[in-house]
Amino acid sequence: MRPFLDNRNALGLAFMLPAAALLLVFLTYPLGLGLWLGFTDARIGRPGHWIGIDNFESLFGDSLARLSLFNTLFYTVIASVVKFALGLWLALLLNRHLPFKAFLRAIVLLPFIVPTALSAIAFWWIYDAQFSVVSWLLVKMGLIDTYIDFLGEPWMARFSTIAANVWRGVPFVAICLLAGLQTISPTLYEAAALDGATEWQKFRHVTLPMLTPIIAVVMTFSVLFTFTDFQLIYVLTRGGPLNATHLMATLSFQRAIPGGNLGEGAALAMAMAPFLLAAILFSYFGLQRRAWQQGGGDK
Amino acid sequence: MTVSGPAEDSRGMGYLESLPRRWVTLYLPLLCFLIVLLFPFYWMTMTSFKPDAELMSREANPFWIHNPTFAHFEKLLLHTSYPEWMWNTIIVSVVATFTSLAASVFAAYAIERLRFRGAKGTGMAIFLAYLVPPSILFIPLATVVFQMGLFDTRWALILTYPTFLIPFCTWLLMGYFRTIPYELEECALIDGATRWQILTKIILPLAVPGLISAGIFAFTLSWNEFIYALTFVSSSEVKTVPVGVVTELVEGDVYHWGALMAGALLGSLPVAILYSFFVEYYVSGMTGAVKE
Repeated sequence: MRPFLDNRNALGLAFMLPAAALLLVFLTYPLGLGLWLGFTDARIGRPGHWIGIDNFESLFGDSLARLSLFNTLFYTVIASVVKFALGLWLALLLNRHLPFKAFLRAIVLLPFIVPTALSAIAFWWIYDAQFSVVSWLLVKMGLIDTYIDFLGEPWMARFSTIAANVWRGVPFVAICLLAGLQTISPTLYEAAALDGATEWQKFRHVTLPMLTPIIAVVMTFSVLFTFTDFQLIYVLTRGGPLNATHLMATLSFQRAIPGGNLGEGAALAMAMAPFLLAAILFSYFGLQRRAWQQGGGDK
Repeated sequence: MTVSGPAEDSRGMGYLESLPRRWVTLYLPLLCFLIVLLFPFYWMTMTSFKPDAELMSREANPFWIHNPTFAHFEKLLLHTSYPEWMWNTIIVSVVATFTSLAASVFAAYAIERLRFRGAKGTGMAIFLAYLVPPSILFIPLATVVFQMGLFDTRWALILTYPTFLIPFCTWLLMGYFRTIPYELEECALIDGATRWQILTKIILPLAVPGLISAGIFAFTLSWNEFIYALTFVSSSEVKTVPVGVVTELVEGDVYHWGALMAGALLGSLPVAILYSFFVEYYVSGMTGAVKE
């Protein structure tokens, strides 16, 4: 027993076994299976036959699938940009000298930790066409005359779902960036102040470059989660009105599970992969930690 | 000198800033952020204690309750399957979290400390696994679950949640193990300790904060999971809270907003309470996974 326990390769393999077994059966295999399903005409309860790229061809000609691609890109880009801007602002605010700092940081993160499906229900009620509290407030303030139909019109629904997504995502971005801000050495700001730098110059030439690596990682995660978002849309609109808020994830669910068309759903889900890969590669090669930011020389 | 920024503040010179300016640049925006971020919770609470008549009135001030009632909670707890969903969510989250944590401890130790052949590649694969989103995986995973005869059981969720929990926990614990000095292990090896003894008697006690971080984060991730629970389970008895509230409390055209909000509030409370006790661990888990 002893030699086996001291052989790092054998022991390493044994230690990896539980995790590897679970991941191979429930992650790697389904990932391959998903790719295969995308090229078949599988339906629920009927194994599929290989049909080549028919699914992808029909999706390409399907105006609803193209609309969902547009919606997904629109949703991701707008929500990510707003989340980044507001998140950075909130992080900078929280990084200043404040009373009850720890407490504030704790409650800011609340929207991120509660189940999205449940907070989405709260938003559904806030967006209600007849009893929306937002409309009530705006009417009482004399800004509008009739109640806003937040989820009833295509563009209004797009922006309402984006707002709910931003509400949930800002705390995540802010707290992660705050952790990054706290690692920036005050001596850099002192040096900048001695050189006569203004507030904006300090932000632009000290804070931002020092923060770039963590911004890259945080925003990659944020883009990934937003692009593949499902539950918020499922709860708020189920893709409506007029499919204006259907994302690729919700459409693939609709085609595959209630619609029973596993092959087409899998093809649609797989079509998300290249976009995600592009986002990861962009952040990896475009925004990676540069040597000089770690104190080394610039290559 | 009225200008100020993070640097001055951290040097304790914030008092140089004039008070009105501080209000406009700091307190006011922060207050707006807090109001917007917390309003949905306030609204959930208000709605769940309001009688229906008040909910459907446009006249009364909606921000306050005039005749608080427990009717919605009563309906939720006595006339729906809500308690069962709560029980399912607890079982699934606890079992999935502990299973994943156990598997991750071994995996992280093997990758980070045993350095077996291929450890680096395995570490990279674990990170890539973390990036695979459930929305891509749920369709083929549904067929796997079905073939294994797990469809519509709690096992379907307990066994599939580790697909996102193990990569996350392993990645986090790898970072944590890296901070434990090698010398401790070398000393133990010289004293004749086995790898198993090193892991249980030296590494694990030192890694307790990391284990708590990973555990808390994994627990909230499983509690919040939605798409797998929606797809792999269809009977009311095995549903989790998020799925049960969304699929069963919404009946027809009449929305029972009071009961819905009560369900959302009760379903959020356990994670919120757990989080409030372990804020620091949770934050270090979240930022730790991002910073690596």
